[in-house]
Amino acid sequence: MNKQERAAGESAPAGNPAVAPPDAAPEGTAGRQHPKDRLLRGDRLPHIWCPTCGIGTCVSSFIEAIEESGIAEERFAIVSGIGCTGRVAGYVKLDSFHTTHGRAIPFATGLHLANPELKVVVFSGDGDLVAIGGNHLIHAARRNVDITVICLNNFIYGMTGGQAAPTTPFSARTTTTPYGNSEYPFNVPHLVASCGASYVARWTALHVRRMKRAMIEAIAKRGFSFVEVIAPCSTLYARKNRLGTGFDLMKFYHDNCEIRHGANTAEVDIGFQERIVVGKFVDIEKPTFLDRMQENMQRHTRKG
Amino acid sequence: MSESGAVLTGEHFMNGDIAAAEGALAAGCTFFAGYPITPATEVAERMAERLPELGGIYIQMEDEIASMGAILGAAWGGRKSMTATSGPGFSLMMENLGLGMMTETPCVLVNVQRGGPSTGLPTLVGQQDMMQARWGSHGDYGVIALCPNSPQECFDLTIEAFNLAETYRMPVLVMSDEVIGHMTEKVVIPAAERIQLTPRRHTTLAPAEYRPFAPGADLVPEMVAAGRNYRIHVTGLTHDERGYPAVTAAVQERMVPRLTEKVRANAGRIVRFAAGGLEDAQVVVVCYGITSRVAQLAVEMARGQGLKVGLFRLITAWPFPEPALRELSGRVRGFVVPEINLGQMVYEVERCAAGRAKTLLVPHPGGGVHDPETILAAIEEAAR
Repeated sequence: MNKQERAAGESAPAGNPAVAPPDAAPEGTAGRQHPKDRLLRGDRLPHIWCPTCGIGTCVSSFIEAIEESGIAEERFAIVSGIGCTGRVAGYVKLDSFHTTHGRAIPFATGLHLANPELKVVVFSGDGDLVAIGGNHLIHAARRNVDITVICLNNFIYGMTGGQAAPTTPFSARTTTTPYGNSEYPFNVPHLVASCGASYVARWTALHVRRMKRAMIEAIAKRGFSFVEVIAPCSTLYARKNRLGTGFDLMKFYHDNCEIRHGANTAEVDIGFQERIVVGKFVDIEKPTFLDRMQENMQRHTRKG
Repeated sequence: MSESGAVLTGEHFMNGDIAAAEGALAAGCTFFAGYPITPATEVAERMAERLPELGGIYIQMEDEIASMGAILGAAWGGRKSMTATSGPGFSLMMENLGLGMMTETPCVLVNVQRGGPSTGLPTLVGQQDMMQARWGSHGDYGVIALCPNSPQECFDLTIEAFNLAETYRMPVLVMSDEVIGHMTEKVVIPAAERIQLTPRRHTTLAPAEYRPFAPGADLVPEMVAAGRNYRIHVTGLTHDERGYPAVTAAVQERMVPRLTEKVRANAGRIVRFAAGGLEDAQVVVVCYGITSRVAQLAVEMARGQGLKVGLFRLITAWPFPEPALRELSGRVRGFVVPEINLGQMVYEVERCAAGRAKTLLVPHPGGGVHDPETILAAIEEAAR
């Protein structure tokens, strides 16, 4: 229940000053603030995510990455699409845009090009970015447009109740693959690296510090930077596949992740309950879309 | 030529597509995202050539969905932005057009109509997207759509579209057609200082006081660009005045009807039409775009025969000039509505006539313009 609903729905008993008003802070916390409140929309909490969902962990790392990036907070703009991860924009206290399904990247591209001073970060899920938004993802990587994309990959469509995604591992069960997934999943780091991304990393929700470090590097990177975060969907993916809870998935990451910086991205595909290669795969310098545009204009002007 | 080069002051010989691009530049558009499509490609080509020299941004996106998304993003980045397309691309833009309506994002979409459905007649004219312009994206929202009938109007009405987009904080449609887009005529571009522009309605409130979806007296909220430390939230979900998602029937009722109402309540200021010969008219031809130029000839032929005929040309198709047509329907015998489709705007005319005057559609399936004789025949029938 948020503050506003509580304020509207209940009122302090009249004439009894001993009873605290309903929106007062719990005893012992008066005057204290959560250290991350400044960057969260406290008036929108509690959030919609399930217990042991990995998204909150990623948001924590992201907020720390912003704080430690050395970049003024007001320069950040967060763009999300639709889905569980699509709700991130709504909880982060920055200029934030919750757009249409799959279209966060084109919106972000326009926002960035309109004001290149902004640090535009797309924060969305695998279904949003890689299925319905897949075309935009590859073209943004190809153009090397100077935005950061954080793709939270939980292998499933969570918001709609657990359907197969293009990232669902072969043979995994979802509500739309009751006999096991028959499709080959996308190897997302390989996809964006092949298209020309300047920075590509993958971590899991377990690797909070490494994930944060990757986010800081991605934000600082000039060019298209991409961080995939493998995260547990305990309510749907874990339950459908009898994998236990989100905690069990975190244990699985602990036991089965292999850190391999600079790995050939062709070899980082993910099989059902198989090892997950994590690390920083790509970190290169190359001119951005705007650099190239300016270069062409200068050449044109010199020629007269 | 103006100092900045954005306004090509002078007399030109240019087609409607290029004139629309020049209108956008004269209106202060500095961002264009598009995707090639006949017969609108010339708009993009002109912008690709002109914008970089003016310090603006031209980007060819991967499709029309992305083009519409990018111009919304650019608007929140503080720019005046535009895209241009035709039927198949217009269909793809419906999704993010709806996002633009819901998030009240000023921008301009030019649709150079061709014959459909589907791939239809890529190089030939149609006027078959008029109802799609009104109702194409899901949900309820108001629409402003302008219909040029010459390259000069492509220039003038694109400026007007930008001004309306800023005034009402919404995407505005320019519903051109293939013949107007590809027709080359004289276009007079005035001096920059003689072009009236509406600036973005930036809020003057401090961040703590500002609510991005709290409307003013004219039902339109003020805007702020990203990067100014207002920490705004903008969502396609039903949202409250702060922009926060509030998925309830109560907030839907409070917030969403205003998207329709801000156009309806201000229709008197938005609606434009050009009329002639209405004083003694017994029959009125209601038309728009290229069809209005064919209808003009038919009206002159009918007048030559002694028939009392007037011409009523829609400049705004949406909002539809309801009061003017209701008034006319009380004193004329009939309306004749030629359009290059099998009946779209005719339903609006019929609705306003409400049985008081007969309404005759003169359909054309697309691929060409009407033969004026067919419109004349309908005028004769309406006069009987």
